[in-house]
Amino acid sequence: MIAQVADQPFVRWDWIVDHVDDIWAATWEHIVLTAIAVGVGFVISLALSMLALRHRRTYGPITWVTGILYTIPSLALFAFLVPITGLTTLTAEIGLVSYTLLILIRNIVAGIDGVPASVRESAVGMGYTRRRLFLEIELPLALPVIVAGIRIAAVTTIGLVTITALIGKGGLGFLILRGLNLFYSPVGTTQIVVGTVMSVLLAVAVDLSLVGAERAMTPWARSRHR
Amino acid sequence: MIELTEVTKRFRGTRAPAVDHLTLTITDGEVVVLVGPSGCGKTTTLKMINRLIEPTSGTISIDGVDVTGLEPHELRRGIGYVIQQIGLFPHRTVRENIATVPRLLGWEQARVERRVRELAEITDLGADMLDRYPSELSGGQRQRVGVARALAADPPILLMDEPFGAVDPIVRAKLQDELLELQRRLHKTIVLVTHDIDEAIRLGDRVAILSVGGHLEQYAPPEELLRAPANDFVADFLGSDRGIKRLSLIRIADIDLEPGPVVPPGTDVERARAVMAEYDTDWVAVVEGDRMLGWVTDDRLDGRSTIDGVDLEPFLTRLTPDDTLEEALDAAISSHTAIAAVFDDERFLGMITVERISREIVR
Repeated sequence: MIAQVADQPFVRWDWIVDHVDDIWAATWEHIVLTAIAVGVGFVISLALSMLALRHRRTYGPITWVTGILYTIPSLALFAFLVPITGLTTLTAEIGLVSYTLLILIRNIVAGIDGVPASVRESAVGMGYTRRRLFLEIELPLALPVIVAGIRIAAVTTIGLVTITALIGKGGLGFLILRGLNLFYSPVGTTQIVVGTVMSVLLAVAVDLSLVGAERAMTPWARSRHR
Repeated sequence: MIELTEVTKRFRGTRAPAVDHLTLTITDGEVVVLVGPSGCGKTTTLKMINRLIEPTSGTISIDGVDVTGLEPHELRRGIGYVIQQIGLFPHRTVRENIATVPRLLGWEQARVERRVRELAEITDLGADMLDRYPSELSGGQRQRVGVARALAADPPILLMDEPFGAVDPIVRAKLQDELLELQRRLHKTIVLVTHDIDEAIRLGDRVAILSVGGHLEQYAPPEELLRAPANDFVADFLGSDRGIKRLSLIRIADIDLEPGPVVPPGTDVERARAVMAEYDTDWVAVVEGDRMLGWVTDDRLDGRSTIDGVDLEPFLTRLTPDDTLEEALDAAISSHTAIAAVFDDERFLGMITVERISREIVR
């Protein structure tokens, strides 16, 4: 059987050429699933972080609950959710979003805690309201730490999206799963390789663009040594 | 006018009040310095004026209006605030930092820009500085930006919490001078907190000395504090050299000058020597009306009948009525005659002696 495999090409380029549309559709689905997960996760995290920052006592329970969510094996979470929400995008997103929360909340809170007390005091002393202080001073200054959190969350989510292939979603994971089902056939290995490589490339591309976005949004952090 | 009436602040979980029944009136246009050891409640007092801290009891009013009747952020936009660490916004350029309060007040762009340029000029910040970020500035420059930012919306009141505490002594002295210069032009009501008694004496029109627990020990102009400390605490806090410190606050114009060993032209030598003896000097000055002609030493008069015709030496050190007794002391001591002459332009006003100055020290 090994010998048989050796006779056949590992990657069939002609399959790739014939299926560019499929690969692109899978990649796009992957991007959409990731964007929704990180986007929704960020909104929920921001709300929970504001709660935690306003009422310090809630920070413990919030990290405790999101921490437990983070430790549930993804496979088990989907298995648990399918009877309730079915084989839907909702099921996939519930899982994906819940994995972003701990990372994002920790970074948002740490970022805002890192704003120098003197900056906060002078802002309040000059007449900033709580809302404007948060939006115009604290959030921009916390940006580098928050973006660091978003990068980890995004890269983790891109990896996790492939798992959702098991519930009929999965983006590039769908290619990998289909490849596994056709194991040792050249068409199968080709799909596994394409799915994996594209997923990795996507993660790298997203990470780099987030770094770029952060640099563009924090010009003050760059000019320190001018 | 800022009036604190029976103001007490008790922080939660502490038995002793941080500020205890403090009553203090700050008149418009004066610089009031709150000074005292740590724990005396000076910063707490300052922060109660712009409600960063709320008093437990008592009232604080500005121009007769109770500050607790205003929205805190509205109140604060009308009061300049400068803290030791300055707290410039690191993500905003100098221009944007200075524009902070005008922006909060919703000024239109052109007016904000005009005001920023004006302030950059007032506080001696170059126009090239405006587009830099705070991290690119020196400590002294940051402090100037902090003051410019506090003055941006032209508030009548300025609160300053240890504003020069974080810069080195040379820069500090320069910034203190700049603040005094600024104040001469702007006439703000300034409340400044410091733990440095020398800074308090230098900057304050009036100085409030507080002891631990927010007790007001004395509230008076610096000169009065140094001359007549109300109690041992104040005297100790001022230091044993308070007499010398006081010299820097007294102008020559404030004290009576002596004529000194002077004679009119045509005086005979015998009479001139009598004047020297009276002042215990070996020289005499010749004055015609209010014009100082110069001075001559005793030995040059030998063999003459009158002082006319001798070569007179000019006074090299000339004090003016605006000089302080500290400067006069310096001039008198270094002149080796222990006397310095005071002039108003060309007009000779009189002499000041080390002995006369020392009377001000011990008084």
